Amino acid sequence: MTHVKQDHPSFDVIVVGGGHAGVEAAAAAARMGAVTALVTLSADNLGVMSCNPAIGGLGKGQLVREIDALDGIMGRAADMAGIQFRLLNRSKGPAVRGPRTQADRKLYAQAVKDLVADQANLHVLADEVVDLDIRDGRLKGAHLKHAGRLNCGAVVLTTGTFLRGLIHIGADQIVAGRMGEQATTGLAATFNRLGIRLGRLKTGTPPRLARASIDWNALEKQAADETPTPFSTMTTSITTPQIECAITRTNESSHRIIRDNLHRSAMYGGAIEGVGPRYCPSIEDKIVRFGDRDGHQIFLEPEGLDSDLVYPNGVSTSLPIDVQIAFIRSMAGLHKAEIVQPGYAIEYDHVDPRDLYASLELRACQGLFLAGQINGTTGYEEAGAQGILAGVNAAMRSGGRAPVSVSRSDAYIGVMIDDLTTRGVTEPYRMFTSRAEYRLSIRADNADERLTPLGLAWGVVSKERASMFAERSAALADLRGVLQASVLSSSAAIKLGLPVNADGKVRSGYELLGHSGIGLTDLDRIWPGLQAFSPTVRELIEIEAGYAVYLERQVNDIERLRKQETLAIPSDLDLGAIVGLSNETKAKLVKAQPETIAQAARIEGMTPAALSLLLAHVQRKRDSVAA
Amino acid sequence: MRSTTTIYALSSGSLPAGVAVVRISGPHVPSIIPQLTGRPALEPRRAVLCTVRDETGSPIDDALCLHFPAPASFTGEDVLEIQLHGSRAVTAALFRRLAMLDGLEPAEAGAFTMRAFLNGRIDLTAAEALSDLLVAETDAQRRLALSNADGAQRRLYETWRAELLSIWARIEADLDFSDQDDVPPEFGDAVRRQIGDLAEQIRIHLAGFRVAEIVNEGFHIVVAGAPNSGKSSLINYLARREVAIVTDIPGTTRDLIDVRLDIGGHLVRITDTAGMRGTADPVEKIGVQRAEAAVRGADLVLLLDDGDAPLPAIEAAHVLKVSSKADLRPTGALDVPISAKTGAGMDHLMARIRDILDSTAKIHDTVPSRQRHVAHLDQCIAALGRARRVEAFEIVAEELRIAADALGRLTGAIDVEDLLGDIFSRFCIGK
Repeated sequence: MTHVKQDHPSFDVIVVGGGHAGVEAAAAAARMGAVTALVTLSADNLGVMSCNPAIGGLGKGQLVREIDALDGIMGRAADMAGIQFRLLNRSKGPAVRGPRTQADRKLYAQAVKDLVADQANLHVLADEVVDLDIRDGRLKGAHLKHAGRLNCGAVVLTTGTFLRGLIHIGADQIVAGRMGEQATTGLAATFNRLGIRLGRLKTGTPPRLARASIDWNALEKQAADETPTPFSTMTTSITTPQIECAITRTNESSHRIIRDNLHRSAMYGGAIEGVGPRYCPSIEDKIVRFGDRDGHQIFLEPEGLDSDLVYPNGVSTSLPIDVQIAFIRSMAGLHKAEIVQPGYAIEYDHVDPRDLYASLELRACQGLFLAGQINGTTGYEEAGAQGILAGVNAAMRSGGRAPVSVSRSDAYIGVMIDDLTTRGVTEPYRMFTSRAEYRLSIRADNADERLTPLGLAWGVVSKERASMFAERSAALADLRGVLQASVLSSSAAIKLGLPVNADGKVRSGYELLGHSGIGLTDLDRIWPGLQAFSPTVRELIEIEAGYAVYLERQVNDIERLRKQETLAIPSDLDLGAIVGLSNETKAKLVKAQPETIAQAARIEGMTPAALSLLLAHVQRKRDSVAA
Repeated sequence: MRSTTTIYALSSGSLPAGVAVVRISGPHVPSIIPQLTGRPALEPRRAVLCTVRDETGSPIDDALCLHFPAPASFTGEDVLEIQLHGSRAVTAALFRRLAMLDGLEPAEAGAFTMRAFLNGRIDLTAAEALSDLLVAETDAQRRLALSNADGAQRRLYETWRAELLSIWARIEADLDFSDQDDVPPEFGDAVRRQIGDLAEQIRIHLAGFRVAEIVNEGFHIVVAGAPNSGKSSLINYLARREVAIVTDIPGTTRDLIDVRLDIGGHLVRITDTAGMRGTADPVEKIGVQRAEAAVRGADLVLLLDDGDAPLPAIEAAHVLKVSSKADLRPTGALDVPISAKTGAGMDHLMARIRDILDSTAKIHDTVPSRQRHVAHLDQCIAALGRARRVEAFEIVAEELRIAADALGRLTGAIDVEDLLGDIFSRFCIGK
């Protein structure tokens, strides 16, 4: 399959960009057996966290677990570099808990570099892709600045914010992909040639503070969990020391400073055209929109164990430096704080993800895949999750196999890619658990059960993980079986102090776990054999049984979704010609080009009436073809 | 979507009749107008008296022709309506002529409405309401269908769905943003109260279904009483007097007879029962049991007393004690004395029935008009009820998702596929 010749060296897959999407894509393609080149401007940039020094969170932690279930990099690297593990929403149900950790930037980047270096079939090239060789809608190769032309079967582009990147600090503008790094301009012409639609988004980052300039003693602290919850099922223990972070608040004086200088903000001065995210607003946004609050919480997160930098989480800004200094110093503990690197807003081009298939392959070019921020998302986890699927599919394509996709009912990865490719983006896309209608079924705890079998079928999962997975699956099935076979009458249960109704019903141990207030430890007293199972296996079964009633109910919904997913919309159905749809809905349909009724149903603003109309047209088209 | 064929059908009632209306819809309408009428075109939406001719040029009939150009027509396509004299021979001649024209074919059941739906002229709830309108036998049914056809019902459900989404959104905010201090922590009680309020609104709306059922299925009057107390005479009298008998449907047993009448614009179903008395005869016993069951399900029981036997105790929504054969004997303190033979007291009885009808089968508001609506609203209420009871917010959210889905399905969001067949199979040809 691979023939590295002297004149035109070949790769199966070339991945452009060494951020979180690029690393996962390259490593996944390599695990699939494809000879892969990862092209990055500088090999030092692998695994850089350009914004907040943290991995995971609500919705995002689930994505990391899914990346890990497909044997990806992010979870293992975060376990090696995590310095403050916290399970968010711990007081709430397991389906909405999100593992998160702050990470030591240096350790994280090192962990990523090590994992990449250890990966067979994976070559890192410090170079720049200036153009792609595309003939008849198929990708043939890539032109590199130094290495020249390379043949390849597929390319994954993960250029992040580097496409026409423009940094704003007050009135100053700098053309850059990230502070101190050049932007990419060459590929914009390539996209233009392909007729790809581009949009413009903005995001921001806060100033970085000098650790020694903060009065830590004056501040409230937040500690790590006593027992850290690792991301990767391959991680046996967390050995990196855990640290505290501190919390401060904005106050009336900070608000006044910001309000008085709003006109000098790039955001509010009119210099920025891109749309920023509603859920991660700049401090200017917070003051304008929620100015009536007496203050906003700011987390001071050290960037590493021995780092001199502190990341003030919650004050992303594009105000000029003098204003940044003034409002930072208005907060408790920060009166003498030094700004080492100013906060800034960055505008960048993204591709309208509706130009992609659910495999992340561009509709306009077979063999060209896009992943990460270039698709309009924000966040390392979102980028990495797309990267892994794009890498798998690039390897599939170069190996002559059909690309694959993941259903919404199987994974957050499926939810995200479906959202992106059917609805497009109007602001940087971030994962939330509420985006997943089958949230109770797709949890952080069962990511392996959901995705590792898929990964095994695709060939992206290593032998070590495969054998560990097989072992754990067997133990899970074992405990599930034991619990389903052990039964107790209601009167016996009541006698043992379990909170069940005296209805004369006989319940299995598995059913008893579905009652609130009954856990496995309660059942240990009755069936001591249960204690023989490992704590992890016990916890997974406890969660699964706790939701069992709801999971059963969701099965019907999932079936209906599957049915709609199989209802393909004929590609020759002229969506723009459906009389009776509003022009707005028509435009949205034409733009999104849904592949199935399931996708059409999720297009923003799609009304029930419009959908039934579309469905009727699809059936009619099929009938006329069949007739 | 543009159809490639043009369909036609008789869209008025059965022949012979004073006027027959033939409706033609499809892309060929502009080109067949000259062939049928000899005029190059008809002024849009204007009734024009034309001589409709066959292929040899011989006149078929003088008819009023109306052209509704696309898309401003019922189906969204070009529509030609021809109103001709309602004889079988004349319409048959026109149909023969139409069948010879290229691209024209007779319409199948529901085809006109299907096209209207496909062209976005009506939405699903409107399509259902329209089917009700087309089979409406009485004025009350027509009013109910009309109130739903203009989308009031859909608007109501969409309002609830929006309300539900806003409650749901608060829960989701707590689940997804609890790591940020801007989300207020304690609001569970307020949300549960809102959920309860919404469920109550839906429950009240659901209670209106019985009214809709009465309107659609008919107000059910059961005539009961001892054998030979004059039940049949009363029913025969009513049937004669109210000429608008719709059908005579034999009961499921030979001793329960259904008669459908229109009283004051309400569809009324009258059931005659076997005499109610204690009996040892097994066959008669079955008849008595059936009569008792009919009485229990009745909206109104007319209990006839001829003075010969004591009246049985009756439990029903409304009971009128009628003293029959008033021409033969003095009547006591009963509700209404009548004589079916002389007609005495019948006006009074009718007035009493109409009063009860008006108070029971009155449409105050938008009501669920289909069993399908009731089923989904029941699901919605059940999910809301569970949402109020459970503790864990992710479960509350799950129940709200189910509730929102149920409301969405009402306006056609999901399950559309199964619905279409059902909806369109209800249409009669040409309507």
